[in-house]
Amino acid sequence: MHSQVTVTVNGALVVVPFGATVAIAVAMAGQACRTSVSGEPRGPLCGMGICFECRVAIDGTPHVRSCQVLCEPGMEVATEK
Amino acid sequence: MSKAAYDVAIVGVGIVGAACTDEFARRGLRVAVIGEDVVGSGATAAGMGHIVVMDDSDAQFALTRYSQEQWQQLRSELPDDVEYEQCGTIWVAADEEEMIEVHRKRAYYGERGVPTEVLDAKALQSLEPNLRRGMAGGLLVPQDGVVYPPCAALFLMERAQARGATLILGVRVAKMGEGKLRLTDGTEISAAIIVNAAGASAPDLTPGLDIKKRKGHLVITDRYPAFVRHQLVELGYLKSAHSMSGDSVAFNVQPRRTGQILIGSSRQYGAEHTEVDNPMLVRMLQRAGEYMPGLSQLSTVRCWTGFRAATPDKLPLIGPWTGDTSVFLATGHEGLGITTSLGTARILADQICGTKPEIPVEPYLPSRTVKEYVHA
Amino acid sequence: MNREERYHFDVLVIGAGPAGIAAAVCAAECGVRVGIVDDNPSIGGQIWRGESNGPENTDASEWVQRMRRSGVAVLCGLRVVHQPEQGVLLAEDLSGFCELKYEKLVLATGARERFLPFHGWTLPNVMGAGGLQAMVKCGLPIRGKRVIVAGTGPLLLAVAAYLRKHGAEIPVICEQAPWSSLARFGLALLSWPEKIAQGIRLKRSLAGVPLAANSWPLAAHGQKTLESLTLSRAGRVEDIPCHYLACGFHLVPNIELPLLLGCAVGNGRVQVDEFQETTVSSVFCAGEPTGIGGVELALVEGQIAGRAAAGRATEARAWFGRRKKAQRFVQLLDRTFRLRPELRSLSLPGTAVCRCEDVPYLRLRQHTSWQSAKLHTRCGMGPCQGRICGPATQFLFKWGPGSVRPPVFPARVETLMGPTRQLEVQRSE
Repeated sequence: MHSQVTVTVNGALVVVPFGATVAIAVAMAGQACRTSVSGEPRGPLCGMGICFECRVAIDGTPHVRSCQVLCEPGMEVATEK
Repeated sequence: MSKAAYDVAIVGVGIVGAACTDEFARRGLRVAVIGEDVVGSGATAAGMGHIVVMDDSDAQFALTRYSQEQWQQLRSELPDDVEYEQCGTIWVAADEEEMIEVHRKRAYYGERGVPTEVLDAKALQSLEPNLRRGMAGGLLVPQDGVVYPPCAALFLMERAQARGATLILGVRVAKMGEGKLRLTDGTEISAAIIVNAAGASAPDLTPGLDIKKRKGHLVITDRYPAFVRHQLVELGYLKSAHSMSGDSVAFNVQPRRTGQILIGSSRQYGAEHTEVDNPMLVRMLQRAGEYMPGLSQLSTVRCWTGFRAATPDKLPLIGPWTGDTSVFLATGHEGLGITTSLGTARILADQICGTKPEIPVEPYLPSRTVKEYVHA
Repeated sequence: MNREERYHFDVLVIGAGPAGIAAAVCAAECGVRVGIVDDNPSIGGQIWRGESNGPENTDASEWVQRMRRSGVAVLCGLRVVHQPEQGVLLAEDLSGFCELKYEKLVLATGARERFLPFHGWTLPNVMGAGGLQAMVKCGLPIRGKRVIVAGTGPLLLAVAAYLRKHGAEIPVICEQAPWSSLARFGLALLSWPEKIAQGIRLKRSLAGVPLAANSWPLAAHGQKTLESLTLSRAGRVEDIPCHYLACGFHLVPNIELPLLLGCAVGNGRVQVDEFQETTVSSVFCAGEPTGIGGVELALVEGQIAGRAAAGRATEARAWFGRRKKAQRFVQLLDRTFRLRPELRSLSLPGTAVCRCEDVPYLRLRQHTSWQSAKLHTRCGMGPCQGRICGPATQFLFKWGPGSVRPPVFPARVETLMGPTRQLEVQRSE
């Protein structure tokens, strides 16, 4: 088992500890998760899958709550515009 | 008109009630409108908000066309939250047999001045790439559109209030007739004319009215901009909508301005409870998936139901009620209440004010149904 | 997904926090087939998140080991979205879905934080107190970051201690409750020995961190992310630069799934009988959804519910006394951390109350009910389904809660079609 996992966030490589959620990878990449309906940057609020503020696209699937998904090697994460 | 407190009292604050209130107020009448719930709730909130010209019958065509023209005239005044979009309808033909219907429809609309465009399989695919491949084609009706009905109803109601109408909310009408409305709190309101615009609940206040509740389901997705671009309706919809008994589903999806997609539709008689009926929901989604396989991967946010006010001949009841000279009806719009609300208000006001309607009103007069019942 | 399409359990438990784990363990130890489902990637719920293997919380690791031994089927990363028919739930994960059949159901859906809108609360790095803690437990680097902890409730101290232990600098903890309430709370805790011990540990790990009562956030500032916070600190306005704000106003029970199943709810809590059975036969409820009472009460309720669901109701009676004692804590929490009315004025006209649809306070205050606001402003109509703005508007405008419709969480169309239905579609094509 590796102690670290590498994923990409908007194309940039991010190394996170094993067991980290995708929300952590987005935060470590210095990105907001999504842009709100009125154009504001948003990041995680509740950290437990309730608020849907941390939605990103994972491997092409949009609107995934990044706080509920563990990083897997090679995962492609895109923040939502 | 009379010593009554109001010239007209309207029962119902859905889009039909709101449109009537606005129209009577515009004509300078003293109007009160009474609603139990929020303006634009009920079937108005439950429906899709498709502004569509339909041709099940000449009378249906006349009213939908007349009403759509009014929506188009109103367009520049509509606030942003009404979300009017002239996205057009595509009637989707699954096979060559349904293409015959496409050509019939094109000819019918064309003769009556409604522009359309016949789409072959390739054209359909390029306009709506998420439709299943292998569809025969379709008919694009570019002037059709969509609105967000609760805000459309609120806009009409607020305009009516600005024109002097009185809105009374949160009360229930216990009894109406003979120029009087009695509310459940004991209050009485007198009006020369009472309009029953209570949708599927109309028979509760006007016994003897042959309106059945026809339950429908809808599902709304999260935001997927451009996944669907036009209101898409299967031509098999007609078979579904026409079936007088039995439950039916049809592929009917709508793009919202938000990028969300409304997925419909279902029709059920005899279902009185408001809960989602799961077998019906499954059938409806399955039908949608047959036409648009990619829908299965989209995330849905909500499912809900509503009750259409269905008449035996699929036409609304607009005009005097035979049982009481003070009572007029504006109900029975089935699935077309949003479209036909504006036309309904006009021709009802014409009847009451004695002005000449712009379309013949006979097909919608409540007296027609009474005759039919005598025969039956 | 690497799951089966259909599961069938004698006892199905929804939620793998303390209440759910206790219920699952007790039911399984009675010898019936038990499954436990949780939306989170791993078990433990919010309070035991990431601690079930560690030495920090012996309670957590004991329960988790007991669950491993008892043969409970654990299904994580799976969220329940719909009840297509009596006795069946539909659930989905990132890539698939399944049907969960049950004879008895235990709802242990926990609680979420209450958030109150104030200027700037939508900025990235303004997070729930539990929310930030969860992120740090999941690997968010916090060492050297300045974190203000604010809001109300006992969670604030626990979060501050946790963050500090992981290297965060905590300039202040702001608690909206007055000192008088907090003092009464401290005195009342004397009747719970285990809570005294917790309190002493917390006090030690928070040495030197100021706790300000009568204090709350007024506005968060920053360009793309939080840079500073304006506080009302015991009547004085103060600006403090910071990297994060961990802010929650106590907890709200997660009652959406119980409501979907038709369970009666009163005062925001699921109503249960002495065996934790709801008004829907064969459906039990344990933990925070029956009233915010903390981990001890959750564990006791879970043990009662698990045994009763497994058909050993008489054995469950042995826990009634402990439950009665633990329940007193519910009222104590309610009293102590009641929200002060001044917090209603934190929202400015332009402050977004509904974060999914960006509906500002200005537009909401024209409405007289939640339903009216929903219909005409889209408030609560986004993917969180009103879970964040619902409790906020209940406090701000005293609106009643709305009804719950399926899916109880956003769900893919294919999930709502269900397993058999999916096969039929493929055949018909």
